[in-house]
Amino acid sequence: MIYVLCLILFLVGLYGVLSQKNLIKLIIGLGIMEYAVNMFLIMVGYRKDGKAPIMESGTGLDKFLSGAVDPLPQAMVLTAIVINLAVLALAIAIAMRLYQKYGTYDITEIRRLRG
Amino acid sequence: MKIDIQTILPLAIAIPLGMGFILPLLGKKLTRLADVAANLATASLVCLSIILLVGRLQGGGAEVYWMGGWRITAGGTVFGINLVLDGLSALMLVLVSVVSFASTLFSSRYMDQYTGRSKYYGLFMLMIAGMNGCVLTGDMFNLFVFLEIAAVSSYALVAFGCESDELEASFKYLILGCVASSFILLSIALLYAQFGALNMAQLGERMAELGVNKGSLLALMMLLAGLGVKAALVPFHAWLPDAHPSAPAPISAMLSGVLIKAIGVYAIIRVVFNVYGWTPELGMALMVLGTLSMIVGGVLAMRQGDFKRLLAYSSISQIGYVVLAIGLGTPLGILAGLFHLANHAIFKSLLFLTSGAVQYRTGTRQLDEMGGLAQKMPITGRTCLVGSMSIAGIPPFNGFFSKLLIIIACVAAGRWGFALCAVIISIVTLAYFLKVQKNAFYGKLKDKWAQVREVPLTMQCSMVLLAVLCVAMGLLLVPGLREAVLEPARDALYQGVKGYQEVVMTLLGSGG
Repeated sequence: MIYVLCLILFLVGLYGVLSQKNLIKLIIGLGIMEYAVNMFLIMVGYRKDGKAPIMESGTGLDKFLSGAVDPLPQAMVLTAIVINLAVLALAIAIAMRLYQKYGTYDITEIRRLRG
Repeated sequence: MKIDIQTILPLAIAIPLGMGFILPLLGKKLTRLADVAANLATASLVCLSIILLVGRLQGGGAEVYWMGGWRITAGGTVFGINLVLDGLSALMLVLVSVVSFASTLFSSRYMDQYTGRSKYYGLFMLMIAGMNGCVLTGDMFNLFVFLEIAAVSSYALVAFGCESDELEASFKYLILGCVASSFILLSIALLYAQFGALNMAQLGERMAELGVNKGSLLALMMLLAGLGVKAALVPFHAWLPDAHPSAPAPISAMLSGVLIKAIGVYAIIRVVFNVYGWTPELGMALMVLGTLSMIVGGVLAMRQGDFKRLLAYSSISQIGYVVLAIGLGTPLGILAGLFHLANHAIFKSLLFLTSGAVQYRTGTRQLDEMGGLAQKMPITGRTCLVGSMSIAGIPPFNGFFSKLLIIIACVAAGRWGFALCAVIISIVTLAYFLKVQKNAFYGKLKDKWAQVREVPLTMQCSMVLLAVLCVAMGLLLVPGLREAVLEPARDALYQGVKGYQEVVMTLLGSGG
């Protein structure tokens, strides 16, 4: 069920990217898509009543594996968040420069390249 | 002499990554130093990649390196960050290094038109680090990370001039690239959810055990769509004809020459052959995508009046050839596809550099405005002729051999329709490159170009280097060299899931 919600969130983001005319709203759409993917990754590693994946001294590997949530997706999400930060910062910077050049955020008016 | 691959393999990523952070520190004053340092870095990468190619031959099989010497086995799965060097990776490394060396050599004078040169080199190095990492990694998530490093720096490099066109092209590229990346990450998450492994070899093994189900098919489709955007295959190609011409010429050469191959085509074929395993249906999907790209790219290139835009469409068309041939799945088809991939990297970057040289002296990219430039710029004119002949498939040059092989492979596999398309598009390619030659370099010299001079020496050197390679690459088919370079790359794919997994898994336990 919650996976479906995640997919819906992803599609909302995709819809935003595809339908919006405003550069800023487009970037927000991208952000929503990325959140959906990150949330999906976290849910992949989730386990009911799981403990935080911190290995204390003395616990064996087997006990750790049986009790804790999967730490790998969490590490992946951290990496993905950093990447998304870079992409969004670059997107916003380019959007600002575009506004300075064209004086508008409307993508239907930013159409110099054709063919 | 025995070459210790374990020690030098990480340098292929460490050198460009390190330089990527050091070069921007040089600031505005030390631009000449930045030129020298960037050229030294790429030259050392060329040496390194050739050493790795030779060293891998001595070792025989693949090599696996664990980042930081760290790995942990839990529940039958090996975790850790690993680099895998096999025949295909070694070939791609050499291509990336050679093209990036030619591009930095060209940049040292070409970038006089722009400011912020040390930042430019910094981004350039990050892009190389991303591509090298992408072709070396043996892990799905790292593939995504390196792919993003290469992609983000290429978004920034396309926008480097900060003019309206460049910003617009870059924004378009960024949005499409970013959506594609989301799809790739989502499919990696799906794969991990089902198979509990990220290592490509283990993923392939589990997939073979459990069989392909609906979830992994969905993941495959999203991967193909996402990586198809990066490779600019036809339904996903819209960004390329804007982004490639807008970038500075050496960057166009890198983007068209190696970026779409390293993070697009390489990733697709690695996933298709070594993780999912080639099936006739999957092969058919690749062949249809390839043929579509071939036809659409070729036909659209015919009617372009902008030199670099024409080259960009022609890249789509040539990538189509590569994907078509590899999609055949026969040993000859894969060999022909990889050979064409290597050749295309060389001649397309050469052509983009010559277009940059013309733009450097005349300030225009419109073919109609040029004319007779071969009289004034003999070296540029001749190297461009070599590049055009190669891409059109005229006999002594490398493009002829790879296109011939692709057509033979199609016929041998009984795909007459695809072979016919390949022949027709080959003629179309010849037609539009004849148009380039006639409009830009031959014919009557226009009065306004009477003062045009040849480009500076370093730019000539890099173009001549690539032109010589265009002729020399034909020698890769000679028996001795073919077994050293092309066949290991072919075998890396042809061995499929099982072979890859056997090669890598034996090393997973022992390497380190």
